Parts: sequence; structure tokens; C-alpha cells
Amino acid sequence: MSVLERRLIRETSFGLTSKLWRISWTFVLLLCALAGVGYLALYSAAGGAAEPYASRHILRFAFGLTLMLSIALVDIRFIARLSWLAYAGAVTLLALVLHMGHVGKGAQRWIELGGMEWQPSEMMKIALVMALASWFHKASWERMGNPLFLIPPALAVALPVALILKEPNLGTAVITASVGGAVCLAAGIRWWMVGLGAGAVGLAAPLAYSHLHDYQRARITTFLNPESDPLGAGYNIIQSKIALGSGGLWGKGYLQGTQAHLNFLPEKQTDFIFTMLAEEFGLAGGLALLGLLALIVLAAMGMALRCRHQYGRLLALGIGVNFFLYVFVNVAMVMGVIPVGGVPLPLVSHGGSAMITVMVGFGLLMSAYVHRDVEFSDGRDEV
Amino acid sequence: MRREAKSTGVFTRRALLLAAGQVGALGLLGAKLYQVQVVEGARYATLADTNRISARLIAAPRGRLLDRFGVIAAGNRSNWRALLVAEQTDDVGGTLDNFARVVPLADHERARVEREVRRHRRFIPVVLREFLSWEDMARIEVNAPDLPGVLVDVGTSRLYPFGSTMAHVVGYVAPPNEDDVAEDAMLALPGLRIGRAGVEKHHDLPLRGRAGAVQLEVNAVGRVIRELDRQEGMQGQDIGLTIDTELQKSVLARLGDESASAVVLDCRNGEVMAMATNPSFDPSVFNSGVSQAQWIEWTSNRRAPLINKAAAGLYAPGSTFKMVVALAGLEAKAISPYDRVNCPGYLDLGDTRFHCWRKGGHGMLDLQGAIKNSCDVFFYEVARLTGIDRIAAMSNRFGLGVKLDIELPGARKGLVPTRGWRIAHGKPWNLGDTVVHGIGQGFLQLTPLSLAVMAARLATGRAVQPHLTRSIGGELQKGSRPEDWPLMGVPERDLRAVREGMYAVVNEAGGTAPIARLQIPGVQMAGKTGSTQVRRVSRDQREHGFKSENMPWEFRPHALFVAFAPYDAPRYAMSIVIEHGNAGAATAGPVARDIMTDVLTRDPAGRHEPPQRVADGRETEPPP
Repeated sequence: MSVLERRLIRETSFGLTSKLWRISWTFVLLLCALAGVGYLALYSAAGGAAEPYASRHILRFAFGLTLMLSIALVDIRFIARLSWLAYAGAVTLLALVLHMGHVGKGAQRWIELGGMEWQPSEMMKIALVMALASWFHKASWERMGNPLFLIPPALAVALPVALILKEPNLGTAVITASVGGAVCLAAGIRWWMVGLGAGAVGLAAPLAYSHLHDYQRARITTFLNPESDPLGAGYNIIQSKIALGSGGLWGKGYLQGTQAHLNFLPEKQTDFIFTMLAEEFGLAGGLALLGLLALIVLAAMGMALRCRHQYGRLLALGIGVNFFLYVFVNVAMVMGVIPVGGVPLPLVSHGGSAMITVMVGFGLLMSAYVHRDVEFSDGRDEV
Repeated sequence: MRREAKSTGVFTRRALLLAAGQVGALGLLGAKLYQVQVVEGARYATLADTNRISARLIAAPRGRLLDRFGVIAAGNRSNWRALLVAEQTDDVGGTLDNFARVVPLADHERARVEREVRRHRRFIPVVLREFLSWEDMARIEVNAPDLPGVLVDVGTSRLYPFGSTMAHVVGYVAPPNEDDVAEDAMLALPGLRIGRAGVEKHHDLPLRGRAGAVQLEVNAVGRVIRELDRQEGMQGQDIGLTIDTELQKSVLARLGDESASAVVLDCRNGEVMAMATNPSFDPSVFNSGVSQAQWIEWTSNRRAPLINKAAAGLYAPGSTFKMVVALAGLEAKAISPYDRVNCPGYLDLGDTRFHCWRKGGHGMLDLQGAIKNSCDVFFYEVARLTGIDRIAAMSNRFGLGVKLDIELPGARKGLVPTRGWRIAHGKPWNLGDTVVHGIGQGFLQLTPLSLAVMAARLATGRAVQPHLTRSIGGELQKGSRPEDWPLMGVPERDLRAVREGMYAVVNEAGGTAPIARLQIPGVQMAGKTGSTQVRRVSRDQREHGFKSENMPWEFRPHALFVAFAPYDAPRYAMSIVIEHGNAGAATAGPVARDIMTDVLTRDPAGRHEPPQRVADGRETEPPP
């Protein structure tokens, strides 16, 4: 370790200018590019108009960016202390939404707060990452091998997943569990435990299927054979593939996507926005967007790797994985690779609360990165 | 420090693993995108076009039916109707309630509307009520604020200016059923009708025309975004009929109250000048649906107003069949025009005695005398010598018992039995059967139309086919000239012998129907009477001064008459059947005389008509 680095680790706080300097502006630029793609897409989704989606999208992004940068400046050690509080708050909201949230598209997911519709499950994922990071921050490699030590984090994952399943929202539950699993994996649980967990999930899957709601089963069966119900549940998948396929290599041109603009494509401003873009810009545009998304994921991973304390890197990794899972599930869904579920494409799809949640997550990630070299003791002697 | 380094190392490895996994997963998505957009792209591009382009049909106006002088026998009239667009009202039930207050809506109508609203997408108009009166429309317009989603537009409906007079010829139209719609999508359009009987049915395709089509760009719920392409349809073609509607009216009037039918043909070319059936019905009733009461009344009426008696009524021809028997005998050389046969009033065949209608018999008769007197014994003898199969073959050549080319889907071909037919039914054919068929009884079942065809072929020697169509879409059809019809190949000598007999029936002293003699100077009609029993007369009745007019109506014999005129240059042939009219001569004779006088006076076939283009492009010569 160089002298400079040692000095910074010992530094408990540093100035605003220094913090701003340590923000990854490349990452901010990538996010702006993605939001710009979102503006273009929403402009097209509205039939070539800024209203009602695109203009609001850019305003929300501006607000989200401010929020992100503000959070980035907050000391990561302070944030770490709030981890379990955030977790408790999110679980409370999740429980509340089951009681008083309103039903949208067959599931009880939404809660109104501050004039906006929120999905507590989205906040839950970030809070879960914080809680797990906080728990594993203190863990030594030896303790990671102790199964008893791993029971609390397992419960911390299981509780929100169960609540989200009850909404019911299968897709988000799977994502939440996956994010939790990724954080645990990165924290260094033993591979044999990973194998055990995977085996348990494999065994539980058939049992879970029998407890699924009808609409969830319909999604899975139509996913397996979309043509079985072309005007019902399979409609979305078929129309999405038609729109994608008719886009071809170079697309139909901006604002020229017939399938999207004639409303054959459902929910083109939210879930199926990737389809609309790929119809208008073709494979070239689709791959470019996938490339941009991959860069963001890689940047998040890189930031995680450069953190020098366990809390920061686990937090950064968890949020990066969460973003990746959003992207993967959404894009795989519109191509019919996995069953349809209401997962938007972050920073591109229309929707206020989702964007704010994502930006808050990136704020936390950025805070971890900004404070990557701070001295952040796990309570035990390190040196 | 060492422990921390261990954790850091593990984190680095696993984070790199996760990063690689994530990028790999995104790469797989990219590969899948390549498969969907490029490898399978062409298939999806085709699907995309069929997705967004929807062809809509535009109804073509139905062609009209015109009589031979261009008078409209079936036309179209504006049909004002109220439509409901469910999308434009928040409360379909409420709108229907309000509508029912303005224009009464029966429960079954309301149920139909609600059913159609449920079945169709909400922006497709559903017919609430057709045939609105001016007052109804005014009331709907005034109450428009209370009737959201209700709009009034104009369609067409079929109009039959002659009502029951032409009903059996033109037929009628009715709403199409699902099978019809499967064949021609245009029929699914609201208010469209399909020919269900008569010429309306036979010529339904040219009358219907071809629907126009617009290619529309539609969105996923079917709403029109813009028009891409338009193909004009072809309106239905007018059909020119051979019928003279004025003559038709006059013939029906002459039939009076009788349950009867009459067919008048141009015997040179088979054009049907009049085809009257009494009683009849109003074809426009079918347009809007027949009420149950009306239907019961029609079907329970023993005079069968729905049956086209002229083309589908079956009767034993009786003595009107004798000319054909004679020709069969002449051709078979069983008799010659000059052979004489003695009629003692009966013919004994084994144990069975066959009576002549005249108790004392006619004495010695030749062919002409036998037709003139309608001697039964003479024809028993001819039939016996000729055989049923030869008689049947000759009948068929004269259009009896065979399918005729008449444009009436309900027309029946009747029955002329043969030995084979009887054996096929598992019964033997006896000589006695042959004998009774010699006077047109037995199994014979013929339509008045076929009897008129027989008369026409007797008069001209040409195998004319009866037809109702003169032109389609203004193009004169083949068959309007005598040369269009081949000669039958029956020797003129034989035909002349039979015609002379028919001349004598009407015009010579002692004929069976002097009452039918025309009162036009220099013009004679040749004819033949027929009376056919519908119930067997027992010997007991015969010996006790049986009088058929004393029997109940439905047991009285039918009265028949076939004729052609003028005798020396035949123009018109006709047949008349008066159900339960008793005697052919006394009942049908005067009717035949009056109708033929009427026909010859009007001379519809000879009157000037506007020249029409012939199908192959030649101009017709204007008739002299």
C-alpha cells in the first residue's frame, strides 16, 4: 500500500471539492446518455411529441440526478448506520402495501406517497442490499464459513421476498432474491452453501408453481407457447416479437415504427419500450442500447472493485446487480426469453417512482465510490 | 489485515465473476435480438403488415329486376335506419331506454341489439331499427341530446312495386345466414340481403355485384388511422326479365279467386311472357322478417300461396298428354295419322275394363278425331301398342319430366314414369299401367310450366327452353332468337297431324272446347283440354249419375288447358291449371280464350323495344 493511500484511509473526512472530484463523472455521463435514449423513445411513444412522456421524463431525470449527486456526497459511514433503519422502513411499507395499497393489473403493488405512486418492492431491494452489506461488513472470512452467522441475512432476504410474493409479484420477488444472493456470494459465502441454496431453490420451484396465481401460471404457460393464446396472454409476446422482427437490421426509422404507433405493441412507453426502439432503430440500435447498458453495469462493478471497505463494495455491487437484473429481465421479457412481468427498463421507461428509486440507488453507489478510500472500521482491529 | 486481504481477494474474484456473467447474459440477449430481428426478420415483417392493414368492404347496390319493357319489378329504396355506436355512450342500457321511449322497441329487438353490442367492438354501429318513418326520424333528431351514440343513416332495402303479382317470379331477399357470409364477406355488412327464392336467388351473384374494398391502416383495436388504397366495387347488374308485367297483372286478374296458375311463353324462343300463380304473397315481407302469425297463415292455407304452382305444382296432365302419346305412337309406327280405331266406350284388358269418358263411345276415329274428341279408348290403344318407355322418351323430348332451364330454383321436374323406374321401386309394370298413362293419368306428375313448354314445342318443332332472363347488365342473352333453339327432329308430318287435332278441339263443331274459340277475326287458337281426377271414381258413383261439382272442393278434378296461337303462325303457347276446377273445357277453356286474346292483343313479344346489345356484340334487329 502506498503512502498516499494509507493517508486517505486514515482520513476520516475530507472537503466538498475533493468529494466532487472523486465522483465518477464517466458514470454520470453514461446515465445521462441512457436518459437521453429514454427521451428519444418516449418522444416517439407519444407519436412524435414531448408530451406527455418525454418532457416529464427529462424533468424527473434532472431531479433524480440532483438527488443522486446529493446522496453521493453523504458520508458512506453515516449511510451504513442507516442500513437497518432503511430495511425496517421498507419492510413496513411492504407490509402496508399489502393492507392498503391499491391493486394495479391484478397485483397489490402500489402505494401513494408525496403525490407519487411508489412500489415499495423497488425500495426494498436497495434497503436489502444496504442491510446485507452492513451485516457482512463486519464478517471475517472465517465467520463467513459459520452457517449460524448466515441465518440472519438469509432471513433478511426471505422476509421481503415472501411479502413481495404475496402481493403477488413473482418477477420482483425473484429479482429481490437474486440481488440478495449476489451480495451474499460477493461477501464470500462458501461455494458449498451456494450449491445448497441453488439445490433448495430447484426443489422448491415445483412447490412454488402450485401456489402461483392463475395469471402467473398463464404467463409461464404462454411463455412456453405464446401462439396458444394469440389474443389473450400470448398477445404481448407475439406482438413484441413481430415488432422486433419487422425492425430488421437497420429499423424502420425514428418515429416510423408501425407496430408501436398503431398500438399493436402494448405498453410501449413502459414495459415494451425496448421493443419500440428496436423496431425503429433495428438490430443496430438494439445492440447499441444493450452496449450502453452493459457499460453502465461494468462501470458499477468497477466502482465496487475500487472500494476499499466491505460495506461500500457490497453496496455498490448489489446496486449494480439490481440494475443489471432490471435490464436483463425487461429485455429478455420483450424478446420472449422469460415470462412477461411488469419490469420497466430503468431510466428509459416512463414512470416516476421507478426512476427516482434507481437514481437513489445510484446515489448510494456513488457515495460508496466517493468514499472508497475512507477508513471504515469493522470494529475489529485490522492492522 | 491478512483476514481482510482474504475477504478482499474473494470479493474481487467473485465480483469479476459476476461482472463477466452479467456481460455474458447481455451478450446472449444481443444474440437473441439478432435471431429475432435478422434471422427471423422476414417472417415477422410479413406478420407486421397483415397486422396493421385491414381490408374493409363497401356494399355494392343490388341490381334491379326489370320486365321486358324496362319496368322495375324489383328495385332498391332508401331505408332510413337508426344505428347505435356503443363507444359513444357511457350507458348503453340507458340510451336504449331513452330510445324505446321515442321509438317503441320490442323486447326481442332490444335483446338482439344488446347481443350485437356485446359481440362487436364498441365503435362498430349496430342496427337499432330499420325502415324508420319520417316521424320516427324527426323524433329521434329532436331527442338527440338524450340519445348519445344513436345516429340515423340511410341504407337500401328491396322494393317490389308489383307485390304479390310478381312474387313467384322475382322471389324475395332475406338476411344472409352464416354459411352465406363465409362465402362472400360482403354479406356481413349491416342490412345486406341475399336472394332466397325466384330470380333473386338464381341470379343472386350478378345482382349482388362485387363489394368495393378499402385497405385501411388500423391500430390494434381496429380503429381506422388512414386509408391506404381503395378498389371500387361493381354494383349489381340489372336483370332484364322476359315477363311483361302488364300482361302478368292481366293474367292474374283473369284467374280471379281460383287456386290456379297460368304460363304464357313466346313459343318461338321460350321467353316467359307471364307466369301467374294464385294466390300469392307479398315478397317484401321477407325483407324485414316474417311474423309467426303470417307464416302460420301461409303454411296452413290449402291453396298454398308460397308454392309457385306454375313451376313447382305437380299435376297429372290428363288429356293434355295425349298429343305426346300420339307422337310416340307415330314415331314407333304403332299408328299412322290415317289409321282408324273403334271406340265402343271402353277397352277390356284381361279382367279390367278401361272406360272412355263418353259412355256410349266415339265409334270409328282417326288421330285427328281422337284428339278433337279427346277419346280415351283411342289413346289406350295407342299406348298399348307403343309402350310406356317410348311414350316416356317422347315426353322427355317435349320437356316433360325433365329439368327445364328455368331460372327458378324451386322449379320441379315432375315425373314421367318408365318401366325401369317402376321396377327400381320394386314393383312390376303392368300393361294396364301403360294404358292409363295413355290418357295422362297414372304416375304422371307434371308442372304447368312443362305443359306450356310442350305446347310451344308442338307449335314450333323446336326444343325451346323456357327462360325468364332476357338480359344481364344490359347484354341480351342467347336464346332470344328462334335460331338459338335446335329443331327436335320430330317429323313435320306427325306434328301437323297433332296440331290439326288441337285446331279441331277449339275450332270445329264437335270439338271438346268450342268455348275457347278466339273472337279475333282470322286468328285461331289450337288447344287441348284436360280434367284430372284427384280421387278415384268408383263404378258405383259412375252408374248413379256422379257429378263432380257436387263433391267437396278438394276432391274435385283439376281443370287443365294447353294451347298455342295463332294457329297458322304460332307466336304464343300457354298452359292453364285450375285446381279443382272440374272440367277442363268448361272452366279452363274460357280462361284460356280470354288470356290468349289478351296476349295476342298486347303482343308483348312483337312490340318495339329499345335495341339492346347482344352478348357477342352484334346489334339485334329491331322486331318488325
